[in-house]
Amino acid sequence: MIRASNLTRTFKTKAGPVEAVRGLSLEVAEGELVAFLGPNGAGKSTSVRMLTSLLPPTSGQAMIGGHDVARNPVAVRQLIGYVGQGTGSGPYHRVRDELITQGRAYRMSYPDARKRADELLAILELEPQADRDCATLSGGQKRRLDVALGLMHTPRILFLDEPSTGLDPHSRANLWEHIIRLRRQTGMTIFLTTHYLDEADNMAERVMIMDHGKMIADDMPEKLKADLAGDQIRLRFRSEREAGSAAEQARNLPAARDIAREGNHLTLTVNKGESLLPGFICELHNSGVETQSANIHRPTLDDVFLSLTGRSLRETAEPPA
Amino acid sequence: MAFIQDTLISFRREMTPTLRSWYYIVFGILQPLLYLGLFVPLLTSVPTGTEGNPLQWFVPGMIVMLVLFTTVSCGWALTEELMSGSFERFLATPMSRPAILVGRSLKELAPLLVQAVIIIAVVAPFGLVLHLLPMLLGLVLLLIFGIGVASLSYALAIASKHDGGLFYMVSHSVALPLMLLGGVLLPMDLAPDWLYTASRFNPLTYLVEAERSLFTGAVFTQSVLYGALMAGVVALVGLLVGTLTIRRAGL
Repeated sequence: MIRASNLTRTFKTKAGPVEAVRGLSLEVAEGELVAFLGPNGAGKSTSVRMLTSLLPPTSGQAMIGGHDVARNPVAVRQLIGYVGQGTGSGPYHRVRDELITQGRAYRMSYPDARKRADELLAILELEPQADRDCATLSGGQKRRLDVALGLMHTPRILFLDEPSTGLDPHSRANLWEHIIRLRRQTGMTIFLTTHYLDEADNMAERVMIMDHGKMIADDMPEKLKADLAGDQIRLRFRSEREAGSAAEQARNLPAARDIAREGNHLTLTVNKGESLLPGFICELHNSGVETQSANIHRPTLDDVFLSLTGRSLRETAEPPA
Repeated sequence: MAFIQDTLISFRREMTPTLRSWYYIVFGILQPLLYLGLFVPLLTSVPTGTEGNPLQWFVPGMIVMLVLFTTVSCGWALTEELMSGSFERFLATPMSRPAILVGRSLKELAPLLVQAVIIIAVVAPFGLVLHLLPMLLGLVLLLIFGIGVASLSYALAIASKHDGGLFYMVSHSVALPLMLLGGVLLPMDLAPDWLYTASRFNPLTYLVEAERSLFTGAVFTQSVLYGALMAGVVALVGLLVGTLTIRRAGL
């Protein structure tokens, strides 16, 4: 559905050329929900803007639904819905008018656009605001309207650029509820960018991690966490001696790494920690080593980012004030 | 045709809020009426090159000025939408780019045409002789010219992106000399040679002269031909530059 090969984009700035995207290749199948995760300035938006025909790439090629974005941008635009980072609605325009205009822009007839607008107003719970100026909407309502605008022509692919940035936790949860429900009903392909870890983790079936204009990982969140971060297990024993012999036995565990003893504590990293741990404790018991407490730290995507880049995404994720 | 349809969609979107605050349109004719009331009387003793009431000479020039100043600064309205993201929203749709520009320009021009008609109607009792068809033709020329200038203004707004100050500076430092060199307020025939020569390089001069000819009812004159050609060229160049700027800027 979405295919990019070797996309690059260089911006000219006063300080010299900036390579915002450096050789991006990706493939997304129909119906997938994919998240682009990365810190601000990683090149996520630039990539999405190239995929949606808004920004001509410096080099490389992108195909959307079989159409070359550079050669046939109009066909691509008709196929996709795009919810940009900013506010799509105009402040002096009324909510329903904006939806109808959007439908007309996608070549829908006026009656069809009107019908669809009312449908979306109901789905996204904006009916009470239908005849108000968009400027009077709350942040969450504006964002829901943006999503409604992106859905007017029932696109097969929806691009969401930082859909929930700047929203309070309640509005974020509410927006996601709507998006997930719409996706279940329509099965459309969704491609989103986010710098919220939990969002990528909970919502996306597949996460592509971007950093410095390059994709550095691309897999299911569970698999990324297992492969790149793993579960950290921390065990406490009666004595240092027991902890030491437990460390010896831990070396035999499959894919065990970062084994470290600290006083009567032992920490180690494994994959699938929750299924390994009971057996391991049992094994220790059989050799006379009693475990006093056990704790598993499930990895987050931040741990994945940390292990890939040596930096934490949390530090870099704060939007500039 | 997609182009016409898209132009109408864009025009209609922009026009709806404007119609809701229609009183601004009426308010907008205050300034031109002040010119007519307080400046035109000065012209009675100035040889304008046309017979009769100086209104006949001054009104067309003033309407050109009105169109020029409004369209030059209309990119300002786009700055807000450029920053918020609502202009980008339209660029993500299959809408024709020149149609978006034309639709928006027409929204700026429609109130001007209404104002022009009101001005003509108001001053008619004070001695403006009406030549309805030629005057209508004059307004059409202004429309074409205005689309071009407005598109250039939009292009400037896009190029100066988030720098509103830059937009203001450039647009005004272009508009004022154009207006002064166009002989809008006083006849260029009175100008020293160098100034007269400079005015010949100003596209606006030809439009002003065409409008003056049309407002006296003379349609088939050289001035009208030059003015019409100039308006057409400005419109084409404006749309071309505007469309290319959108594409280049990769908004």
